[in-house]
Amino acid sequence: MKIEIPSLARIEGHARLVVDATSGELKDCRLEIFESPRFFEALLKGRHYRDVAPIIARICGVCSNSHTLASLAATEQALGVEVSRQTLDLRRLLAYGEILQSHLLQLYFMAVPDFLGVGSIFPLAKSHRELVMRALRLKKLANDIAHVVGGRPVHPVTPCVGGFSALPQAQDLLELRRRLVAVFPDLEATVELFASFDFPVFERQTEYVSLADDDGYPLLAQTLVSSDGVLAYVPDYAGVIEEFLVPHSSAKFARMTRESYMVGPLARVKTGFSKLSPMARKVAGAVGLHADTVNPYHNLLARLVEVVHCVEGAIHRIDEILVAGLKLAAVVVPEGGGSGAAAIEAPRGTLFHAYRYDQNGCIESADCVIPTAQNLANIEADLRALVPTLLDLPREELTRRLEMLVRAYDPCISCSTHLLQVHFV
Amino acid sequence: MNKPRIGFFDFTGCEGCQLTVLNLEEELLELLELVQIVEFREIMSGECEHLDIAFVEGSICKPGEQERLREIRAKATTLVALGACADTAGVNALSHFRDLKEMRREIYGGEHPPVVTDIPRPLSSFVKVDHRVPGCPIDGREFLSVLQALLLGRSPQLPTYSVCVECKLAEFTCAFERDQVCLGPVTRAGCNALCLAAGDRCRGCRGMIDNPRSGPYYRILEEYGLSELDILDEFRTFNVSGRGGSR
Repeated sequence: MKIEIPSLARIEGHARLVVDATSGELKDCRLEIFESPRFFEALLKGRHYRDVAPIIARICGVCSNSHTLASLAATEQALGVEVSRQTLDLRRLLAYGEILQSHLLQLYFMAVPDFLGVGSIFPLAKSHRELVMRALRLKKLANDIAHVVGGRPVHPVTPCVGGFSALPQAQDLLELRRRLVAVFPDLEATVELFASFDFPVFERQTEYVSLADDDGYPLLAQTLVSSDGVLAYVPDYAGVIEEFLVPHSSAKFARMTRESYMVGPLARVKTGFSKLSPMARKVAGAVGLHADTVNPYHNLLARLVEVVHCVEGAIHRIDEILVAGLKLAAVVVPEGGGSGAAAIEAPRGTLFHAYRYDQNGCIESADCVIPTAQNLANIEADLRALVPTLLDLPREELTRRLEMLVRAYDPCISCSTHLLQVHFV
Repeated sequence: MNKPRIGFFDFTGCEGCQLTVLNLEEELLELLELVQIVEFREIMSGECEHLDIAFVEGSICKPGEQERLREIRAKATTLVALGACADTAGVNALSHFRDLKEMRREIYGGEHPPVVTDIPRPLSSFVKVDHRVPGCPIDGREFLSVLQALLLGRSPQLPTYSVCVECKLAEFTCAFERDQVCLGPVTRAGCNALCLAAGDRCRGCRGMIDNPRSGPYYRILEEYGLSELDILDEFRTFNVSGRGGSR
């Protein structure tokens, strides 16, 4: 039996799944990435630091805020730029907004149709109108966080090296806070919805990797940790992450201690379970998500738990910003170049940016390591373990299960094929 | 009554424009009353055979993509370029000024047969594009107005004046006054000078207006001690048409 899903739907970007199994034996299982490479790091060469974040954000529309934040932090490290407490708070709020945008889109638009047996959310507008209205309300709130802080929901315009070129209005932040508090009934209904779904049972132990939880639930830490005991300083990421090429993919694959590892919501929940907000921990209990699960489908539950965590986190962050009072400060960037690296927990996992600047503040070399590229080897390893257990299923159901597994990772192919590791000589 | 069938397709890009369509939360349900969305791979399974309007995002940079684009063109009555990558090659245009072979070597090294791609080109290099929604990303309101015009059987109109006009009307400080090189004088309006409102400068993502007034622009450049090259460097971030410039 050969199964080929020529263009996987309800994921971001272009990938093809090929499974070849005869008489109960798995011969081949490949996640082929055929998105065209865009050579982003090479395109940055010679660009001034002011242009770097706006260009590199275009790697991905869904994760543009994460790319912007990782890029700015790496540039600031490289050039020795100090940022204020207010800037850090606003960036954290923007990061929460992005995780909410992306997670809610994945949960409602990409995952829910699998559980309700439809091809997309559109037919649900008639059959499950309240569900769709709720999805849109939640998604709009997430987008509005990014809009208020970053200037627009996709490809932010206000974050810049050293801080922000324009600040949100206090009244807009207050309004966001009011809506965040009012959204809890929608969150409860979402939790009920996902608690009612039957998740496929599939267990495979792997290595789980995320930023550390030393300053709260993993988001912007300076250290990287893994369930196999790796502990590394973020600028040393290249020493612990081994990237490698496979013939069927225009994105590089990655490994650390074993043949593959996982980044993303489930890995973060494992690292930072005790740092989740009180309500998020309660939700984890309600949907049966434990820190020791090894079921990759539970990425969906981890995403849901993070949605609750980020809503609570956003409320606290707005309070802190408003209590301190918003002040637009001049940005000071010292002359000269240097090297720097930074990481952020993007919706799909740990995202690294590293740059080297010349004396004029222009890029000499750039490197980005993308969450989905780090997950690709792990998705394939999961598929190789999963397929032999499902060969008795009708072809259609088997295909559905495999697609659901890929979707559980919420892969972002545009990101992963922007292409990695460039060294200019 | 049969609802018009519309579809969304993507090539090489970031899918931020399709995302911007999905971000029209307040209008989406109403939109579904007016049209039937028959294909949208990012969020739905399945493919369609014929459609009235195809919105196509992304640039074309390999033979397989050209073929798929021609198929979409063949099955769609109207084809609309959605966003800068489809319209002007967008940020992908940056690679027009680099040697592709050299970039492949830099990235893949000698260890892997490189993925064969050509320089990214806008849709109009290969098929007839009927209309376009410019910008990186698109403006959701503008998408709605283009769609509305098409549904009413009218030809969508984009602003013919520059971002400068919107910026001046909003009374923002001129970016040149802040020592920045701004493409506002030659870039098509319609974004409400969003980047200038955010304290940035215009980076030209909406492409050039049809008849830019180059005379006054030269005077601005002269006044601020800038050259054509300074402008071209900026212009090339989102546009291919500036390739080579006047040199």
